[in-house]
Amino acid sequence: MFDIFSRVFAPRQTPSKNIANERLRMVLIHDRASVSPQFLESLKGDMMAVISKYAEIDEKETVVNFSTADGSVALVANIPIKRVKRGSGINRNI
Amino acid sequence: MAETIVITSGKGGVGKTTSVANLGSALAMLGKKVAMVDADIGLRNLDLVMGLENRIVYDLVDVAEGYCKLRQALVRDKRVDGLFLLPAAQTRDKTAVSPDQMKSLCDELKEEFDYVLVDSPAGIEQGFRNAAAGADRAIVITTPELSAVRDADRVIALLESMEIYDHKLLINRIRPLMVKKGDMLDIDDVLEQLAIDLIGVIPEDEMIIVTTNRGEPAVLNNHSKAGQAYRNTARRIMGEEVPFLSLDVPEGLLTRLKRAMGFK
Repeated sequence: MFDIFSRVFAPRQTPSKNIANERLRMVLIHDRASVSPQFLESLKGDMMAVISKYAEIDEKETVVNFSTADGSVALVANIPIKRVKRGSGINRNI
Repeated sequence: MAETIVITSGKGGVGKTTSVANLGSALAMLGKKVAMVDADIGLRNLDLVMGLENRIVYDLVDVAEGYCKLRQALVRDKRVDGLFLLPAAQTRDKTAVSPDQMKSLCDELKEEFDYVLVDSPAGIEQGFRNAAAGADRAIVITTPELSAVRDADRVIALLESMEIYDHKLLINRIRPLMVKKGDMLDIDDVLEQLAIDLIGVIPEDEMIIVTTNRGEPAVLNNHSKAGQAYRNTARRIMGEEVPFLSLDVPEGLLTRLKRAMGFK
């Protein structure tokens, strides 16, 4: 009897399918980005090649990864710059 | 025109073999000539689900290796006209056939049959690739569960990498009452996430267990809801437009009471 009352009067919870749907959405974004080590290495290599045209970077310390937070996925790259190259075009473009 | 259709899922236990047995039987009941190929080498089960386990003489690997003619290995189903099974080998492993052998086998079957249904093993490795090697189109099976849907997504991507772009989704074992309560992913959720067209929805049905115990596909049974859904799916495979079964649940006493009391 109490069970029926608690069910009728319980505050409405988020339906579990909404949680499942959201978790599924996130995991598919991750899966589809196919964040394999090769994929990340290749992406990292191309990004560093571009950035190296403008600045001297610390390749060993460079970290590229996908991060998931607050319902979205971001590409996070931490690329320590040792020195901006002179005449790299950065100043001209500003 | 004859077609080879691979039935696959990624995840195991979502109903590939049951679906092949029922879709194959349903297509044959609709007057088509159907060959069901069990590509799950080493773990053969389609023969059991079909109730044909005692009639196997040769198997798929025997054919591939040239020990027997394709005709000799085909087991004819005596209940439905035009329905045949090519069993998997039980004592070999997935490397016993190559994708090329599977493809030529499917092509040879297509000369005699309207539909060749290939039951793929679970997983995304060699066994799956073999099963899909000769396919013109694919039916991807999932249940409304996170892990099954996720695996289906992987399989869809792999099918596309094998240049099989004609793929449709079959959602199996849906429980309308749980969907209504918001405790199960619904059809629209799954379709939207996977961005794929639907070919069938099969409700959870205890009759499947009963009919499988007896070794007869549920489509032969007029009282099975799943059987009805499989018959509809078979007609869609043939290109007919068939409305999807309504999954509405009659309102229960408690719901009506709650509504009357203003809780809903």
